[in-house]
Amino acid sequence: MGVMNFFKHLLGDDWGVHPDDHKRPAADRKVRVMPVPARLCLPLQQHLGGAARPAVLVGQKVKKGELIAEAQGMVSAPIHAPTSGMITAVTEITAPHPSGLSMPAIILEADGADEWCELHGCDDPFALAPAEIGKRVAAAGVVGLGGAAFPSAVKLIGASRAKVTTLVMNGGECEPYLSCDDRLMRDQAAGIVDGIRIMLHATGAGVALVGIEDNKPEAIAAMRVAAADFPAVQIRPVPARYPMGSEKQLIQVLTGTEVPADGRPADIGVIVHNVGTALAVRAAVREGKPLISRLVTVNGNCMAAPGNIEVRVGTLAEEVIAFAGGLKGDGIGLARRVMGGPMMGMQIPHWRVPVVKGTSGILAFDTAEVAEQAPNPCIRCGSCVKACPMGLLPLEMSSRISNEAYPEAIDLGLKDCIACGCCAYVCPSKIPLVQYFVHAKGELAAQDRAKLRTDATKKLAQQRQERLAREAREKAEAAAKRKAEREAAAAVKAAAETTAG
Amino acid sequence: MIAAILSLTLLGAALGIVLGVANKFLAVEGNPLVEELIAMMPGSNCGQCGFPGCSGAAEAIADGSAAPTCCPPGGKTLAAAIAAKLGLTVDLSAMADDGPKIAVVAEELCIGCCRCSKVCPTDAIIGAAKQVHNVFREACTGCSSCVEKCPTEALVMRPVPVTLQHWVMPKPLAA
Repeated sequence: MGVMNFFKHLLGDDWGVHPDDHKRPAADRKVRVMPVPARLCLPLQQHLGGAARPAVLVGQKVKKGELIAEAQGMVSAPIHAPTSGMITAVTEITAPHPSGLSMPAIILEADGADEWCELHGCDDPFALAPAEIGKRVAAAGVVGLGGAAFPSAVKLIGASRAKVTTLVMNGGECEPYLSCDDRLMRDQAAGIVDGIRIMLHATGAGVALVGIEDNKPEAIAAMRVAAADFPAVQIRPVPARYPMGSEKQLIQVLTGTEVPADGRPADIGVIVHNVGTALAVRAAVREGKPLISRLVTVNGNCMAAPGNIEVRVGTLAEEVIAFAGGLKGDGIGLARRVMGGPMMGMQIPHWRVPVVKGTSGILAFDTAEVAEQAPNPCIRCGSCVKACPMGLLPLEMSSRISNEAYPEAIDLGLKDCIACGCCAYVCPSKIPLVQYFVHAKGELAAQDRAKLRTDATKKLAQQRQERLAREAREKAEAAAKRKAEREAAAAVKAAAETTAG
Repeated sequence: MIAAILSLTLLGAALGIVLGVANKFLAVEGNPLVEELIAMMPGSNCGQCGFPGCSGAAEAIADGSAAPTCCPPGGKTLAAAIAAKLGLTVDLSAMADDGPKIAVVAEELCIGCCRCSKVCPTDAIIGAAKQVHNVFREACTGCSSCVEKCPTEALVMRPVPVTLQHWVMPKPLAA
């Protein structure tokens, strides 16, 4: 251990892990553009927040870029047709999700013409009001392309309200195997810098810090050239270390400020966007083009030809792999299918799952890469504590969770866990630590839902009681009224008879 | 004269304050245990336990005259939670519980008699006379009071479908 490393260790600044990055040769190969497949499956929920609501009918003809599902709720994003064709169904398809459950999706049959609808671009975005940029980004359905798929417009509009001073651009791409952001920065640096300047204008931030891990020298060089004329856009190489691309970690490294535990970056005047998102924002504002395609890294030992492919949203992973050159030996030795990165991506049950806006990679791992091992008891070595970027105690939390003592796990900081997987990666006993935390977070969310449901049930039961009481009262009143009318009528009749008699 | 008035006033005020403070700090509102149990119960007052509503069941459980397993909609989860709260050990194996369930109407059998919607404790069944009825998935508590009222056996209890929004990552197997 060198002197510097020793000091870093003393300061607690040696978080994270250094996995073998496996980014090359995929990162060095030219981007291939995949032709539009015959059929596209477009899930209504491709982003965080509320699912989109279909705005088309089965049998309807749409042009490329036309709105097919509109945003629903405060945090949501619309979905557009990635090519021209006909809507053939709104049905359930397997979701890109570890559960293998289905989700509603719109099926679009391509007509081969790939004809754009009318686009409304803007030649000078800097003349637009910041709020107008936010509106255009929202209308284009742009979401964070780093993986979490948070609607970008919500962050942009929120930033101008929260007085954000610094825009942090995430070009870290710390996940091993992935190289789509690297490739974008090498090939389209000028576009990304333009997008960053539009975002600076939209948020009112004075400076953009572009954090790029130092294992991507070509991307750093390309971005430096592109940003040379714009002092507000600063390219900042950061040490390659997982999870450098995590929001809170990147902010701390670039600005030296820590995001509070229960706060958001905007609380300290910072917002974070992915570099790919900058390009999508540029296309949305300058050309009026919605987000309908993205760069996907195809990688893993089982892939015949790893590389980066430009794919229309809604293409099945199966078709992307076939275009990329297929699996080695037709998939013999395939041990795991993953969408996203190997650390935080999700295992999928089969390849008939569509690429969505947040899909950064399609990975096929063999047995050697997966290296599955049965867990052994904890030897209390503390490796996970040292690796945890959030400064938590994974070994303590997991032992609480295995005994279902969730409140104790929360006291230990479960809610601060970002589920990066560093703890499980370094564990010499191969304890699935991060899996415990993901399980516990899901379990706590389920408990919250159950609590809400019980409250709603109680309210319903009470409302029913009130309704029954009201109905009984109304019935009694009506009966009393009828009785009074009858008596009055009888009295009149009796009086009439008396007079007549 | 003034001394007498003053001393009695002061005495009264002092004792009043003591009583007020005691009322605040030594307050007993019913049986706090019953209150806590009521908060845990499903709250639909379906009556399957044989008590008049959830508060009746909570009182019976608290004084020991009913078992924690008496609530069918609550199922094993509720029984285990109540047992943990009261420090009891219960035999959960006897409880038939295959997870939460909801009622579903078989549309081809429903004759629209409205008997089910009248007994539903949460008004979860919608439908008019001679029209096919249906169950709101979100409002149904799975109490199954409607099932026995149905003359055509159109109502059946089905497990709550797991959706993406409800799915929870399974717990890893222990080392």
